[in-house]
Amino acid sequence: MARDPQGALVALNRFGYGARGGAAGDIANAASDPRGFVKSELSRPVGALLAVPGLLPTTELAVAMYAYQAEVKAQREAAAQMASATAPSEVSAPSAGNSTTTMTPPPPDAPKPPPATPQSINVVQKTYRNEALARFQRAAIADCGITERLVTFWSNHFCISATKGEPARMWAGAFEREAIRPHVFGRFADMLKAVEQHPAMLFFLDNQQSIGPQSKAGQNGKRGLNENLAREIMELHTLGVGGGYTQNDVTSLAAIITGWTFAGREGKLGAPGSFIFNANAHQPGAQMLLGKSYDDTGAVQGEAALADIARHPSTAKFIAGKFARAFVGDDPPPALVAKLEAAFRKTDGDLKAMTLTLIDADEAWSAPLTKMRTPYDYLIATSRLLARIPDSPNQILGGLNTLGQPLWTPAGPNGFADSNAAWAAPEGMKLRLDIAAQVASKIAESLDPRDLLEVMAGDAASPETRQTIARAETRQQALALLLMSPEFQRR
Amino acid sequence: MDCPDLRSSRRGFLLAGASFAAWAYLPQFAHAAPGGRDPRLIVIILRGALDGLATVAPIGDPAYVGLHGGISLLKDGAAPMLDSFFGMHPAMPEFTRMYRANNAAVIHAVATPYRERSHFDGQDTLESGYGGPGRVQSGWLNRALDVLPRGERVMSGLAIGPTTPLVLRGAAPTVGWAPANMPAAADDTAMRLLDLYQRRDPSLASALMQGLQIDKIAMQGQDGKPAPLKNDVGAMRTVARGAAKLMAADDGPRIAALAFDGWDTHAQEGGPIGRLAQLLGGLDGALSDFEQGLGARWRDTVIVVATEFGRTARINGTQGTDHGTGTVALLAGGAVRGGRVIADWPGLRPADLYENRDLAPTTDLRAILKGVLHDHLGISARALADTVFPDSATVKPTPGLIA
Repeated sequence: MARDPQGALVALNRFGYGARGGAAGDIANAASDPRGFVKSELSRPVGALLAVPGLLPTTELAVAMYAYQAEVKAQREAAAQMASATAPSEVSAPSAGNSTTTMTPPPPDAPKPPPATPQSINVVQKTYRNEALARFQRAAIADCGITERLVTFWSNHFCISATKGEPARMWAGAFEREAIRPHVFGRFADMLKAVEQHPAMLFFLDNQQSIGPQSKAGQNGKRGLNENLAREIMELHTLGVGGGYTQNDVTSLAAIITGWTFAGREGKLGAPGSFIFNANAHQPGAQMLLGKSYDDTGAVQGEAALADIARHPSTAKFIAGKFARAFVGDDPPPALVAKLEAAFRKTDGDLKAMTLTLIDADEAWSAPLTKMRTPYDYLIATSRLLARIPDSPNQILGGLNTLGQPLWTPAGPNGFADSNAAWAAPEGMKLRLDIAAQVASKIAESLDPRDLLEVMAGDAASPETRQTIARAETRQQALALLLMSPEFQRR
Repeated sequence: MDCPDLRSSRRGFLLAGASFAAWAYLPQFAHAAPGGRDPRLIVIILRGALDGLATVAPIGDPAYVGLHGGISLLKDGAAPMLDSFFGMHPAMPEFTRMYRANNAAVIHAVATPYRERSHFDGQDTLESGYGGPGRVQSGWLNRALDVLPRGERVMSGLAIGPTTPLVLRGAAPTVGWAPANMPAAADDTAMRLLDLYQRRDPSLASALMQGLQIDKIAMQGQDGKPAPLKNDVGAMRTVARGAAKLMAADDGPRIAALAFDGWDTHAQEGGPIGRLAQLLGGLDGALSDFEQGLGARWRDTVIVVATEFGRTARINGTQGTDHGTGTVALLAGGAVRGGRVIADWPGLRPADLYENRDLAPTTDLRAILKGVLHDHLGISARALADTVFPDSATVKPTPGLIA
């Protein structure tokens, strides 16, 4: 059978997260049929879903978060009471003892009680870490990794930032599991709707605060319209800048999606943390958007608008270009972009069809491997090659922070950059090397780097890389050099 | 399992919040004559769109409070007045002090030529210096450097930052720095890798080579370790302190750019205190850190603070502001002819607003930038019109900004 070592490297690095160490034999398998190797992962029945015990739906996370916040508040109040009670004299017993605080032991009788720190584990941080670990583990064990690469692509396209506040941090993982993963091989329009109605996105881009000026709530209260989500839907999620919308369209879409919010702590309008349509906040009346009038049909008004935006020609163009840049190169072949755009339009945004079009396109295999792995790619690929399925999220989370790609925390709603300008910068390269050296210093003793090079690149390894590794002074040095080699860093 | 080797470092915050990059060469006139001017120029880009009406509030405009509502600054409140009309945000006492010492100025109702409301296109226009978005190969500051006579290379020990802001990207070589606290790989390993890259991947070789020498100078004298960063405000100050230290050195960079993120105040922007106030406090601290860190060099320094566009004049429904147009730019430094708010004030009545929504721009930011580059660095009006800000011949440099 014909073997295609370079094709194997493309299959594993361009489309996936790189070869796994141990006895997986990924390079050999991929070399015998590179396209088939990539595609075989797409036919798994679970698709991109991530169902792991302990990972809860957004609504349950909301209940836990609100309970935690209430507990922190109660503790802070108790501590404040305690401080003011003990400050004037030390005669009286702590008055906080008969407060209604539950589960917290009475403060120790130290002279200065420490500032209130929650006694229970921070459920927000714990959830974030659990979600992170599940994601890392899935990527570390995937056959090729294309499914997880797609998940990270769409998750970054529709990004939120965990620094927006506790709900965003709490829901970041659930958002990806609930709004992104079910649709990675489904329809773009469905993903769009799921994303824009997810509490995490509504919170991140302020739509839960947006009130129609003529709505009941708008006429009674002080709040009004907030354009943030509407603008980013068109600019970043669908049409793209220059996609044919105007400021009036932004304002119209903002009005159309007023009332899209989520139930809060009290759960007056629904289960806490669930999407709800609050008719009282919805701007009444028909709205003109992109030349079409949308009657006021409540929540359906916004759903109809999103469905049309999803199949707008500008959306197909914007998505196709971004998809090609993410997988193939910063300047992808125009013919490839045209194929992806056509597939998107012909299938009404079938994302599996678009993915298959990418894999079938010759351009996606012949373009040289010039793209730099993102920090996330680099760290996941390292786990895979070293056959270390993470049992804690710490290493990868820390590495992502160091390299400037903190998990689910881009600087803005446009997500992390995906270009060589962003990731092949000098300081970043230096930090990658430092990380490679640190990793190698811990685990190189048990490995033969020359064997590992075969596992990683097989016959596609360059003579220069082979020689550099063979001549290294120590195993540690050899492994660090392997992890920094062009074969490992480029995709 | 807690692995200290890859633990979360401050750098993660820094990359998210602030960055620094500089020209890799000294201008040739830097060492011209003892006692002569040795100008330093620092450009600070505020990404996210700064609310100019909240930063320098037109308290004297009768329409202001009606528009800015509950987040307005009030004359009898904490806001110090810069003149009879404009009040300064109380979170910026250092800037106000510099202003009163005639070492800082405000330009109000200013905007780039960009008239849409996308952050990213707005930033591209601001930083590229072109008439609109879509030109992202080089920034105006980099092209300005390209027309300056090039002297010696600045201190070794500076690498390009993890990200160079577009304003300083381009043909003129740049260097940068960001604080780090991770143990470094052995030099020998780095040299071997460099050798491999030189043979297999020249572009990575050049990136790594520049990246290999960092931190040493910038981090000295801060007890070996800078204060831990709690937020973007801390990031601004840490980067400013390090940058000032670098730029104060005899062989330190003279021309640099910083970018601070986080100004997109759509909701709960806050008035005298709150979210914007915190950010402005960070900026104010950064300006003060530059003043202190540059020491005697402050006399020859100009800091330009600019943002991609302003925010709506009217607050939105969530006590914040949406993307707008006209805003402020700030100048600070010993070389600034300050103590002035430079504004052709357009007014805030509904008909005065741009698209009945935003502070109307009456000053082209490029005029200000050209004025600074012309009078501070001696770049010719022709080069400014042709190369630095292409197709901007009708936008004349604003005279008299430099003392």
